[in-house]
Amino acid sequence: MTGPLIIFLVLAALAVLGAVSLILQRHPIHSALSLIVVMVALAGLYLLMGAEFVAAVQIIVYGGAIMVLFVFVIMLLNAGAEERTNFSKLATYAGVPLAVAIAGLIAAAILKSGANLSTAGPNGALTSTKNLSMLLLREFVYPFELTSFLVLVAILGAIVLAQREN
Amino acid sequence: MSDFLTEYAFLIVPIVKIVILVLIVLTVDAYLTWLERKVIAHIQARWGPYRVGPHGLLQPLADGVKFIFKEDPLPANVDKAGYFIAPFITLMLALTSLAVIPFGPQRFTVFGYETHVGIADVNISLLVLFAITALSVYGVALAGWASNNKYSLFGGLRSSAQMISYELALTLSVVGVLLIAGDFSLRGIIEHQDNGNLGILGWNIFGFSKDGLGFTQIIGFFCFFLAAIAETNRVPFDLPEAESELVAGYHTEYASMKFAMFFIAEYTSMITVSCLATILFFGGWVSPFPASWTLTHYLPSVLLIPFGAWLVFDGIRYETVFGRILLPGVGSVLALLGIALALFPSFNEAIQGPFWFLGKVFAFLFFYIWMRGTLPRFRYDQLMTFGWKFLLPVAIANVVITSAYLLWRMY
Repeated sequence: MTGPLIIFLVLAALAVLGAVSLILQRHPIHSALSLIVVMVALAGLYLLMGAEFVAAVQIIVYGGAIMVLFVFVIMLLNAGAEERTNFSKLATYAGVPLAVAIAGLIAAAILKSGANLSTAGPNGALTSTKNLSMLLLREFVYPFELTSFLVLVAILGAIVLAQREN
Repeated sequence: MSDFLTEYAFLIVPIVKIVILVLIVLTVDAYLTWLERKVIAHIQARWGPYRVGPHGLLQPLADGVKFIFKEDPLPANVDKAGYFIAPFITLMLALTSLAVIPFGPQRFTVFGYETHVGIADVNISLLVLFAITALSVYGVALAGWASNNKYSLFGGLRSSAQMISYELALTLSVVGVLLIAGDFSLRGIIEHQDNGNLGILGWNIFGFSKDGLGFTQIIGFFCFFLAAIAETNRVPFDLPEAESELVAGYHTEYASMKFAMFFIAEYTSMITVSCLATILFFGGWVSPFPASWTLTHYLPSVLLIPFGAWLVFDGIRYETVFGRILLPGVGSVLALLGIALALFPSFNEAIQGPFWFLGKVFAFLFFYIWMRGTLPRFRYDQLMTFGWKFLLPVAIANVVITSAYLLWRMY
């Protein structure tokens, strides 16, 4: 086993464990913390692919900003541990087979493409900060700016909704 | 043996460097508490620690022994996992952030492995620091929430709110520096400030540069330092631990080594912030004198020899026998070090970078303590108003002004 493979397996296991724990935990804070573990493990995977900028931004935006708001709201509302209800019949009988089917489908698709699937190099040239900013602010500047308008609209919408209650 | 070392040098050298750095940082943390108590005591016309060792120099050791042997009770109804993991997260993140700080300009080769002063030299080191800062909110928030105590919870909530609010101003305040340097790497930012004979004027705080593409970052520094004090929860922004309202804030329920971990984390992040301020705005290891003034390279000796001599002279009259041995001993070591620096030019050249770097970091640490001894605490609403309505707009204005100036100079 090579070094990168070991690191990949550790990070992948961490991400999967965090995701499973996210569903199984009963307390919202524990779920939120599990989600942070997933985010940080994913950032590690990006780093392994040489996408340093994306990895750092993943932690800053998802691990930091977004999840802090989750944790903050849960703490502020003082949400208690959730109560387990009986699962719906549909979820019990159709859920597991469907999940297995989707996982099988994805696995089959990956297996079929086989050799065509290339792994990202250790120093992904496309993902360096400079190339990324060139792409975003030169080539795709209009879609990029339009997306930022979309985000702005969403923020304004949130403010309007919050103001209506007063 | 040497084959093994050559093959695994990429693994062994960083581990050795990490161990050395952690040991140094923990020692500095310990003596920072001593310095803080001494300086504040003298500001308030007291003596400060004086009983344990000469001039209270062994006080940190006594504190450490006390922390280890204190009882560590587990409060009732705490969230066990969160309660245990919170101090670890806080301390781990605080120590990790030091990994990307470069302490000196040298590169050297050990067992065929090229390395440098500092642990990791990544080209996104500033982003890594911000990522760690973003995560460090969780340690505090989790500690406050898991303790199952209303004062802790309020301390944790206040602290998270404060850190989220000031993180924005902190990040925006360094954008000006990034625009000038055109590089995320801390090493690159320092090297860009090394303008030969411009000396102190080449630092980002003054912003002169050989190619003319520089702009004074004094506003950026102002925003950065204020936001950084708030991020490290120090006076005058230490509301999370305002004892008159919140007992001890988020670490009320912690005792023994777990409390010590929060404490060490706080002092370590003070060191990180001081290093960062030095690197971003004050030229890192770049000397304030023009590069052609080679006589200034003897400054470390000029400072060390008289200080050592004074320590010997003062120490032989100390009231305890232990002090009469220790103080002259330390003094003569320092004086000899100063003489050795003056006699061996290659040795002297090697420590120039670290000397200026550590000197500036020490000045910032002293400033932190000075402020704690001088300023009263903000009220909570004042803190939020200041962060959102003053600091953030000023930081944005700095970005706009700097980029406008750079654009004007480029065309």
